[in-house]
Amino acid sequence: MHVPDGFFNAPVSVAAGAVAVAAVAVSLKGARRELDERAAPLAGLVAAFVFAVQMINFPVGAGTSGHLMGGALAAILVGPYTAVLCLSVVLMLQALLFADGGLTALGINITLLGVVAVLVAYPLFRLLARTLPRRRSSLTAAAFAAALVSVPVAAMVFTLLFALGGTADVPIGAVFAAMTGVHTAIGVGEGVITALAVGAVLGARPDLVHGARGLRAPLVLRNAAGEETEVPAAGTERAPSPARSVRPLWWGGLAATVVCAGFLSFYASSELDGLERVATDQEIIQQAEDSRTADSPLADYGVEGLDDARLSGGLAGLIGVTATLATGTGVFLLARRRASHRDAEARASHGDGRD
Amino acid sequence: MSTAPAPAPEPASLEVSGLAYAYPDGHQALFGVDLTVARGQRVALLGPNGAGKTTLVLHLNGILTAGAGRVSVGGLPVSPPHVAEIRRRVGIVFQDPDDQLFMPTVAEDVAFGPANAGLRGAELDARVHEALRTVGMADAAHRPPHHLSFGQRRRVAVATVLAMRPEILVLDEPSSNLDPAARRELADILRGLDVTVLMVTHDLPYALELCPRAVILSDGVIAADGPTRTLLCDAELLRAHRLELPFGFDPHAVALPDA
Amino acid sequence: MGAGHAHALYRHGRSPVHRLPAHCKIVALSAFVLIVVATPREAVWAFGAYAGLLTAVAAAARVPPGFLLRRLLIEVPFVAFAVLLPFIAEGPRVEWLGLSLSESGLWSAWNILAKGTLGVAGSVLLAATTELRDLLLGLQRLRLPSLLVQIAAFMVRYLDVVAGELRRMRIAQLSRGHRPRGLRQWSTPARTAGALFIRSYERGERVHLAMLSRGYTGTMPVTRTRTAGRTQWAATAALPGVALAVCLMGWTL
Repeated sequence: MHVPDGFFNAPVSVAAGAVAVAAVAVSLKGARRELDERAAPLAGLVAAFVFAVQMINFPVGAGTSGHLMGGALAAILVGPYTAVLCLSVVLMLQALLFADGGLTALGINITLLGVVAVLVAYPLFRLLARTLPRRRSSLTAAAFAAALVSVPVAAMVFTLLFALGGTADVPIGAVFAAMTGVHTAIGVGEGVITALAVGAVLGARPDLVHGARGLRAPLVLRNAAGEETEVPAAGTERAPSPARSVRPLWWGGLAATVVCAGFLSFYASSELDGLERVATDQEIIQQAEDSRTADSPLADYGVEGLDDARLSGGLAGLIGVTATLATGTGVFLLARRRASHRDAEARASHGDGRD
Repeated sequence: MSTAPAPAPEPASLEVSGLAYAYPDGHQALFGVDLTVARGQRVALLGPNGAGKTTLVLHLNGILTAGAGRVSVGGLPVSPPHVAEIRRRVGIVFQDPDDQLFMPTVAEDVAFGPANAGLRGAELDARVHEALRTVGMADAAHRPPHHLSFGQRRRVAVATVLAMRPEILVLDEPSSNLDPAARRELADILRGLDVTVLMVTHDLPYALELCPRAVILSDGVIAADGPTRTLLCDAELLRAHRLELPFGFDPHAVALPDA
Repeated sequence: MGAGHAHALYRHGRSPVHRLPAHCKIVALSAFVLIVVATPREAVWAFGAYAGLLTAVAAAARVPPGFLLRRLLIEVPFVAFAVLLPFIAEGPRVEWLGLSLSESGLWSAWNILAKGTLGVAGSVLLAATTELRDLLLGLQRLRLPSLLVQIAAFMVRYLDVVAGELRRMRIAQLSRGHRPRGLRQWSTPARTAGALFIRSYERGERVHLAMLSRGYTGTMPVTRTRTAGRTQWAATAALPGVALAVCLMGWTL
């Protein structure tokens, strides 16, 4: 799903780039909070892990195999902000070093594989983990659902972007059906692997799963004779879980993403489809208009914007990009508020050396 | 070698008392450790796997914060206000050189510590060169660490710490994964250093060769403390703490280089 | 996967292109690709001109054509998509060898193939002439947030280590009779991923400890930078400059 150059027109590429930049900016602040000054080495290693994990193939049957995208897995294991950073770095280096994914499509790739996947998977995981009974199997199930859903939603957003600025004149309904169908199947694979992987980590180092929090036993002093005395833990109490205060943010993010990904693309696809059929019926007008504007310097984008269908396509484009940017800004503002809230919290309960 | 601001009459290089610690996952590793190492001493910290050796090491420079008890280095208590100076004074060489050498080239890696302390330019270059020459790796300055052999990487790891001119050098399993030649080369380097050494190991012959004094850490407490040869000759003691001499090795019969 | 200084696509050399500062090359390539993407697809000749430009750069960098062409294979999945386009796209149709093809679909296919290929070729040239270390320094020069550059640097440093661990785990599985086949075998790669995560994360923790032990406080000390002179900027500007001229001609002709 690494989109190359030329798939999307320049305006959509640039707009997606802006979304990606905003998301990375938010994540940079957030990641410092998730990992404090350990952010660089840990996120670097997790990025290397994501890169390596994309090399693990799992058999899909009929001799073919798929590979993990890793967005949901990274978000569940290290938290959403760090996950976005890791995926962004992986995608950036893949584009620069391995020519995998176009440079102009980097924004689109980061938006789809990083931002959308994480924004869908993480809130869903948190929500399920909180609603289901407190058992390890619940966390595994939540991981499965989160990863499963994240892939087709990313595909839907791809379809949306394609409706806005795809360079091919393909019926959007068909693209939507094909992309969503195929990626739901891929999502099952992603879900199973993610769930099992999260389960494996839960079994061995539960403290490493961002969502799962462990309990602490009091310290015991033992002297040479083997007698033991308990010491009351001094200042090692964990800061109150920030998760509760984040909840509105993730609800908002989830709602916004669902609106963007599902409703808008659905709207766009069905409407465009209908309009395009109308336009084809009125072929004469279309051709007249085409020839009239062929000389215009805007012809290429204009191709997307001149007959009826495309005019509305352009309109939908405007709406879509505005909505995406609005979502991004909203998330950013919320995250800012959360940041200051957590800063205060951190100041209030400073002193846990290891966390 | 040690240019630490010489503190008043002979504070010990390292002083640990009543140290206890449990990891966040609930596992308690230390149950009250007491240990004093005088300046210039070379001490071996012996113990079976899981005895808490690495956990103890991480307390020496304030990476882990004691649940109970205290640690001081050269008279300076290990606590948040002093953490920068403590980390300059305590040079830890970790077990896996891949963990320690994280920069793209050997020179940049050796420069990392002194640069964090504020050194720049020619002074920094000189410091890096001096440290690399001490471990015989000056030629490798501009190579990426993972192109070096394991033994070379271990020596560079020692250089990264020496470049900070530490008060005490702490080595975590320095002889692990080394072939016999690399092992001897490292021993020669360590013997030539004028610095307090705490060597964490379960390689008993190496401890005997390099350290006149040894302590045994077992189940999170210091179980024995004395001359290395005496401890190694006490078969009962070794067995009680899952320590074993290699087949055919007789600590009585070894002629020590500088004991 | 490459190692340290070098990486899979890097070709050691001393050509003028190799000597240019990395940040100039990144800027030039990004500008070039953006210009290519913004070129109208009807201006077929313009894409020929772009290809000519890249060929000239490849010649100056002494990157053999075979190397460049082999690397273009990464595009294959999208070529498949492009080949489908003329069949599924809408609009007026043309007959060709008895097949009914969509005219706009043909244009789209051409558009994706031409722009995608030029993009990949450009990236391959950058990768082939730029050392990893320089690439990271270049990103730093371009004011990429330092945390991002650090993450990239650690990723690059430990890619081989993590990939090596993955390889050893796989060999261990294979030598104990594991055969990756069928749906029921999914649990093995999944557990591998879980174990690999733990190993990677724990190494990250150890690396962080090693950094802390040497006085790390959250920012990397900057000990080496490379600035670009005006002549070097001018040299790198040649590629996007000419491309821009071509693009403008594509719009007006």
